[in-house]
Amino acid sequence: MKTILLAAGGAFLATIAAAETPVLNVLTYDSFTTEWGPGPAVEAGFEATCACDLQFQTAGDGAALLARLQLEGAASTADVVVGLDTNLTDAARQTGLFAPVQPAETTLPVAFSDANFVPFDWGWFAFVYDKKQLYSPPKSLAELADSDVKIIIQDPRSSTPGLGLVLWVKAAYGDGAAALWEKLADNIVTVTPGWSEAYGMFLEGQADMVLSYTTSPAYHLIAENDDSKAAAPFEEGHFMQIELAGKLAGSDQPALADQFLTYLLDDAAQTALITTNWMYPARTPAAGLPKGFETLITPKKSLTIPADQIEALRQAAVNEWQAALAK
Amino acid sequence: MASRAGKIGAIAAACGVGLLIIGSLGFLLPHANVANLTAADLAALRFTLLQAALSAAASCILAIPLARALFRARFWGSGALVRLISAPFILPSLAAVVGLLAIFGRGGVLNDALTAVGAPQISIFGLGGVVLAHVFLNLPLATRMLMNGWADIPTERFRLAQSLSFGRWAMFVHLEWPLLRALLPSAFAVIFLVCLTSFSVALILGGGPRATTIELGIYQSLRFEFDLGRAANLAMMQTALCFMATLVMAAVWQPSGFGTGLDRKVLLRAAWLDGCIIVLATLFFALPLAAIAARGMAGLVDLPNGFWMAAGRSIFIAMTSAFLAVWAALMLAMARARGAGVWVDLAAMLPLGTSSLALGVGAFLALRPVMPPQNAALTLAVFFNAAMALPFVYRLLLPNCRAVETGYSRLMASLGMSGWAKLNIVFLPRLAPILGFSLGLSAAMAMGDFGVIALFGAADQPTLPILAALLMGAYQMQAAASVTLWLVLIAFALFWLFDYLGGRDVGA
Repeated sequence: MKTILLAAGGAFLATIAAAETPVLNVLTYDSFTTEWGPGPAVEAGFEATCACDLQFQTAGDGAALLARLQLEGAASTADVVVGLDTNLTDAARQTGLFAPVQPAETTLPVAFSDANFVPFDWGWFAFVYDKKQLYSPPKSLAELADSDVKIIIQDPRSSTPGLGLVLWVKAAYGDGAAALWEKLADNIVTVTPGWSEAYGMFLEGQADMVLSYTTSPAYHLIAENDDSKAAAPFEEGHFMQIELAGKLAGSDQPALADQFLTYLLDDAAQTALITTNWMYPARTPAAGLPKGFETLITPKKSLTIPADQIEALRQAAVNEWQAALAK
Repeated sequence: MASRAGKIGAIAAACGVGLLIIGSLGFLLPHANVANLTAADLAALRFTLLQAALSAAASCILAIPLARALFRARFWGSGALVRLISAPFILPSLAAVVGLLAIFGRGGVLNDALTAVGAPQISIFGLGGVVLAHVFLNLPLATRMLMNGWADIPTERFRLAQSLSFGRWAMFVHLEWPLLRALLPSAFAVIFLVCLTSFSVALILGGGPRATTIELGIYQSLRFEFDLGRAANLAMMQTALCFMATLVMAAVWQPSGFGTGLDRKVLLRAAWLDGCIIVLATLFFALPLAAIAARGMAGLVDLPNGFWMAAGRSIFIAMTSAFLAVWAALMLAMARARGAGVWVDLAAMLPLGTSSLALGVGAFLALRPVMPPQNAALTLAVFFNAAMALPFVYRLLLPNCRAVETGYSRLMASLGMSGWAKLNIVFLPRLAPILGFSLGLSAAMAMGDFGVIALFGAADQPTLPILAALLMGAYQMQAAASVTLWLVLIAFALFWLFDYLGGRDVGA
């Protein structure tokens, strides 16, 4: 009995001690918080300056984050959300859960301004291939569609890159998107629910190319010392994904949340993001990009669709994709 | 009295399942609106039914010669072989897909062999690939169900048949057909229902949006569109399908009526054809497993951080949910065998027709006002996994409970045995092998579960399948393959341990 009382008392005291340190709850996607993700470095770096306790809450991926917020509504205990992207901003804004943020200074290759979100990293979607297997990769989406090169893509209804490709084709071809999809249909070996299944199957040799990012080869080069992978530059330009962070209006730590959003664009956090998320930093750190990134392709043209048009376009573009592939 | 305690147990189990399932769905279904069903939803329904029916039919048809061959052929290692070919059923489906691709995929063993002899390559992607994968995953279950049936034909019947010089056809008509008639509808229905909720297999091997299943539709509407209405519609469709399948199954079920014997071992002569069938089946099952092992071997000892905690969580979920599932199934099956109504079937089969994703979201909505749902993730995983295993275990136990009840009820009654004595002296010894198998099966299935924890976003407390997925998402394909191999090894170890402890196994 005594022991139980003591234990209960101890737990109570511990709670009081913990209550003195403010807690910043950061809702982000799964891969952000793993030991290979930016989470550990970001947490340690921020806690060293904020006299607070940063705690991560997670949900699958960017889309799952939004679904989680919609489920939780105003009851969400999160202060900051990290990991939405430009394809989701409109839907995210419509929840009315986000507070205005200070615009941040960035080095994005396109103009970006948003009242509710700051970018923290970005990338271009691209088809990645193995230089030792595919000697002359297609030079455009159109050439890919006419070739017999086999590709694996992701489902736009369940994956961020999958949706990115559908919007890429839409941004490049507009009304001709459906026709391009019909020509692409026989190149597609299969469609996976998410990025990791597709990329894994590509590495196993199930297809010549896989939909990923222009930065994917940097992972193989830097982490595995393997220079065999490359992204194919396409003449139509490459669609961009910009990953975003935002502050919830219901946060009980608004000042800490602002401080965190600023910290996320500091050199330390940005440097950590490059080789954990394998994306480009939203604000290039003073030391520049790590060695190896200079080998990556730089698309001549960056394709985007304004955030406020995406919600209207998305369903139609996905339906177009579905109809073309179901034939 | 005996039946009273039994009845209370059955009612408790049925209420538990009902509360969990209906309680969770109850929070989602009010969002449903059938008027909003789209053409895409109906296409998903069509494809779901088609692939599930083909997969179940193919698994059942192939299981007949395989179960017969395995039952007749006794050789050194046949017990181990039976356990080996049971393995695919408990594989996480993503691991199975990887294994099958290594054999049947582009640049796989089969296509290399075809190229070597100048034949055109085959593609695993499409309806054929979906059915192939479902047969790979479910043929073991169908085979085990039939083998248990063969083992339950009393030796005396085989001896009688031999002394009457029954030919092959007469054996089939008088012994095997009644057995198949009793067991095949069960096997077909269970596999049909498993394939109804297929998700990754159908999408990855289906080759595109043509291969959209209802479960995938639920996933998409919840994860990407956050359309609770569409998710509820689809979840309702799936639950309705399950109910229909369960009722049909109950209607076509017939008792086999072999009576009981003296529990002696039977010895039958095997035909040369049996040998061929066994060799082919072994290759079909073992090659993809070997491919999974080969991929994971390289990093098997170089484990990522958090591996042991993840393994501990997975094993905890597996063990607790297995005992819970088997207890509930035993209560329900014994009640049904004693004549309780079709409500028992429905209670036991209910979890199969419900999407675990829909359940997860329902539970999330239910818990949210009370507590942070992620804090309940582990506990919920235990209950959901127990619920998901219940239909299989129930289907496995029911024929045996019925056989015991029909064979011994009068004897038990005339001896005035108490409920406890019945359970201990009559039921448990006769059910031991199937109980062991059931425990092993439930534990192994729970090991590979991805569902509810993934949905609740408990990435800071991952189980092994989630750890593997996280690794893949971070380009760590080798580490993911090794974690998957460990997952498979632990699942098999649990399965074999329980199956072994069940003792007197049909094949051993």
